[in-house]
Amino acid sequence: MPLDYVVKRFGLLIVTVILGVTINFMLPRMMPGDPVEQKLNQLYATSGGQMPDLTAMIESYRARFGLDQPLWNQYLNYWWSLVHFDLGYSLDRFPERVSDTIGSALPWTLGLVGTSTLISFTIGTLLGGLLGWPRVPRPVRGLIPLLMILSAIPYFLLGLVLVFVFAIVLKLFPAGGGYPYGSALRYDVSTIVAILQHAFLPATSIILAGIGTWALAMRGMIISILGEDYIVLAEAKGLKQRRIFVWYAMRNALLPQITTLGLAMSHVVAGAILVEVIFAYPGIGYKLFQAIGAKDYFVIQGIVLLMIVAIAVILFILDLIYPLIDPRIAYERR
Amino acid sequence: MAAQLKARSRRFRFPELDLTLVIGIGILLAILLFALVGPSFFDPKSTNVGAFPPRLTPSGDHWLGTDAQGRDVLAALTYATPQTLKIGFLAGIVGLGIGVILGLVSGYFSGVVDTVIRTATDVLNTIPGIALLVVIATMMRSMTVELMALIIAALAWRYPARAVRAQTLTLRERAYVQVAKLNGVGGLEIIIKEVLPNLLPYIAASFVATVSQATLSSIGLEALGLGPQNTLTLGMMIYWAQFYSAILRNMWWWWAPPIVVIILIFVGLLFTSSGMDQLVNTRLRRIE
Repeated sequence: MPLDYVVKRFGLLIVTVILGVTINFMLPRMMPGDPVEQKLNQLYATSGGQMPDLTAMIESYRARFGLDQPLWNQYLNYWWSLVHFDLGYSLDRFPERVSDTIGSALPWTLGLVGTSTLISFTIGTLLGGLLGWPRVPRPVRGLIPLLMILSAIPYFLLGLVLVFVFAIVLKLFPAGGGYPYGSALRYDVSTIVAILQHAFLPATSIILAGIGTWALAMRGMIISILGEDYIVLAEAKGLKQRRIFVWYAMRNALLPQITTLGLAMSHVVAGAILVEVIFAYPGIGYKLFQAIGAKDYFVIQGIVLLMIVAIAVILFILDLIYPLIDPRIAYERR
Repeated sequence: MAAQLKARSRRFRFPELDLTLVIGIGILLAILLFALVGPSFFDPKSTNVGAFPPRLTPSGDHWLGTDAQGRDVLAALTYATPQTLKIGFLAGIVGLGIGVILGLVSGYFSGVVDTVIRTATDVLNTIPGIALLVVIATMMRSMTVELMALIIAALAWRYPARAVRAQTLTLRERAYVQVAKLNGVGGLEIIIKEVLPNLLPYIAASFVATVSQATLSSIGLEALGLGPQNTLTLGMMIYWAQFYSAILRNMWWWWAPPIVVIILIFVGLLFTSSGMDQLVNTRLRRIE
């Protein structure tokens, strides 16, 4: 592995992270409506005007959240606390820590989106491979326009339709949430069944929306591979069709698909934000949605930062690994 | 079998793909017509909150019923569709403009300019668009359709920039560009007179892709509650329907129509862009 490639790629990672942190620090601070003041006004309103000295309260709040210092100090403090994995407190659900908010949401997102991405990839790739194979019967090809339409529909709209059909009309699955409301999470069979039931509809919408894209890409690859000389040679040798399909066509078409899968998996952290919102699924995306609504900007910052850094790091690792998996990818890309 | 496949594709590929393009453009034209003519059938007041009794089921008076706030759903749909198209188109054209300029400059002049532009594109490509858009959109005091389009355009240039740069790199080495260079024609003039015209099919194809991506981003942001609160767009219709639990209340006439229109828009854009892609590629194949 050429060293200068690794160094260059690492430089890109560092620039990305610094940019992410800086944007993340600057932008929310230009947000309208001081969140602290808003929070206090809200408290003031709910207490029915019983709050004696509002300005003193604001000052103490600011000091607690570090908002009374000059911007430059805040920026350095921000970096200092980030290095210590300290993302501050949730403004909306004080005294909950942002890292706890994220930590409790992350497993839900990783489980839901990770699993459904893998399922979608598997089904889509197999389907696409078959659709590109000339021996497949004609009616099966009728799936192609359907897959095109499926790939065009935004996944969260698919989710809305699924809620209506399977949760409201047929009442087969719960309409939202990650587990039965108000019940404790235990390691027993009924809890696991309940979790799977709740995950079914959101997962289905992610899987369905992805299948079209995976299948069409795979079909394109298979068709272009069928023109290759080694397929002709395999035929001339009189190999069985099934063997040519699996070991000559599918196997070679799979590599670019796996590259894309890597990219898709890096986005698992960012999740399927809108699917989570529609199903009120307790993952990262839903937390982000709630934080936007509550102007809880420490939580927004934390989640956005997590997405940026996680994706940058995963892409960095993938870029280093790919050339090892697929020698056709050169280290030096133009 | 490979030869057989090639023969088949020669016979079937062109009519099939032309059909895709025709269907795609047909759907888009129908939606455009709906967006242009539709609003003239309805009084703008019928999209106001409280214009009619709320939660009416579809009937002769209100073909698609009314929502929980008393808007006529069909009227709302006719006023929302042009706004969504406007966001997509505006963001698409601004994003495309920036992208084409950056792509041309970075592809034609190698060296420091290229490195800077490419690094910026690479870094921004790593950052998930939705995360950045959420942060920018939350910071706005009040959101309008135009502002929304500009925010989305701020990221929408990445795809065209990449596509145009890659094409410019190959065009730069062509004989006619070299001849122009030897004749002492300036860099800017070569870009405008020699390179740009040859890129037009690519630019048209990436315009459709950019509009599609921009529309998707806008609907996503709106569904998160970051859209223009005082304007009806298709994404805002879905946001309000979701906000007032239209699905749980079984008010299909409220949430389904905007979804149908959105799906039609995306299917139209996808069919157009994949039809165009094939057209562009076959054209190139014939030239070479």
